[in-house]
Amino acid sequence: MGVKQISKSLKASGNALGDHFYQLKVLSQKDIHDGAYENFHKKLKSLNVDAIKVSELEIFQINIGKLCNQTCSHCHVDAGPDRKEENMSFETLERCLYLIKTYNFKKVDITGGAPEMNAYFRWFVEECTKAGVEVMVRCNLTIIMANKKYHDLPDFFKANHVHVISSLPSFSAMRTDAQRGDGVFEDSIAALKMLNAVGFGQEDSGLIIDLVYNPSGAYLPGDQKSLEAEFKRQLKRKFDIVFNSLFAITNLPVSRFLDYLLETGKYLDYMHELVGAFNPSTLDGLMCKNTISISWDGFMYDCDFNQMLDLKFTGKAKHIDDFDFEEILNRKIIVNNHCYGCTAGAGSSCGGEIA
Amino acid sequence: MANYFNSEDLKKFGNITEFQKPMGDKFFEYYTEVFKEGALTVREKSLIALAVAHAVQCPYCIDAYSSDCLKKGADEEQMMEAVHVAAAIKGGATLVFGVQMMNHVKDNTM
Ligand code: SF4
Ligand code: SF4
Repeated sequence: MGVKQISKSLKASGNALGDHFYQLKVLSQKDIHDGAYENFHKKLKSLNVDAIKVSELEIFQINIGKLCNQTCSHCHVDAGPDRKEENMSFETLERCLYLIKTYNFKKVDITGGAPEMNAYFRWFVEECTKAGVEVMVRCNLTIIMANKKYHDLPDFFKANHVHVISSLPSFSAMRTDAQRGDGVFEDSIAALKMLNAVGFGQEDSGLIIDLVYNPSGAYLPGDQKSLEAEFKRQLKRKFDIVFNSLFAITNLPVSRFLDYLLETGKYLDYMHELVGAFNPSTLDGLMCKNTISISWDGFMYDCDFNQMLDLKFTGKAKHIDDFDFEEILNRKIIVNNHCYGCTAGAGSSCGGEIA
Repeated sequence: MANYFNSEDLKKFGNITEFQKPMGDKFFEYYTEVFKEGALTVREKSLIALAVAHAVQCPYCIDAYSSDCLKKGADEEQMMEAVHVAAAIKGGATLVFGVQMMNHVKDNTM
């Protein structure tokens, strides 16, 4: 049926939150007089944690562009069909490939936007696969149905042994469409069936499709194992769909989710919920400890969230042209109040729970 | 007292230990135990709680367990089905007394 865009990106609609400075201002609590919460830095200090340090450089995550066929209401990238300018060039992808090979990154995690919309996406995946690197693609599912030229993506993913990771916030249309746009659920189900048909999620196929769950509102996700069991039961029962694992991810107060929180007056309550659920045992599993995140224009960040807030690497090397392995390995990770989203409850990362 | 029900009071539920600590503590310990994953999943327990909340018409519990059901991954359809279960039992419990009424009528009429 096709996806109907629910709204423009914050940037295109001239919303102040389209600017990362404004987001950082909100997160800094400078304008909050009543009900402020403890700053993340202070929280770490109270635990005698000076800084979050890198453990290893394992995952090379690329945000290949902000162009997307959807405009999900929680999107921390502020992606959408109107974000045509921010798209990684061939030269930048070539440089990424060189770094991945030279420094033996084990995994490449390609995200966006809808990464498949980048003109060099397939070339890049093939080159990574040839180099023996595990490729993860954050596929929004509906892109497979969006246009004839994408219908063969399941076969392409299969040929390259891509680990597909896809968002599905609910096993029912009402909740999914409210968050991701009208028609998204129907197309997502159709795409999942196509992925299942070529072997993804099927036992012993070795082809992995994991689903990502995130709450459709200002609350923390429930227990990952329990959600996974329910999604498996419901998707099988309703649509005969199978998948491997479900990652439960917390919405971080960044970009469009921050906008939602402010617009609905839920910002402070949500932050207090995150702060109240702070769990120190998540600190060892934070994704910024083993991942670097590259923006479409080649700048380097600790994670995709820091990227959207334009908090570039500490140290001299901020761009992939100046990549300095030792400096990057020994850098301090930049934390701010949005990090409470990664440390609440069972914790949250691109791979779901961490504690 | 301006309002009998104030949604902000829900956050103060834990304060009931202020006036009677041992019993309050025992209640919350029991409550926590009840809602742990067991033979029933945490989601099933949350849906039962939502149904009971409607049956006992407790606005605090309706708020709390609407949120909790969402958190535990229940969807709107499941939540409304749970409310229908409560309604059916409440309706049935009223109607079954119709038998008593009928007995009475039959006993007292020719
Ligand atoms: S959340 Fe993903 S699918 Fe949705 S708009 Fe953002 S990038 Fe696109
Ligand atoms: S948002 Fe999360 S992953 Fe990013 S720097 Fe903060 S704690 Fe690390």
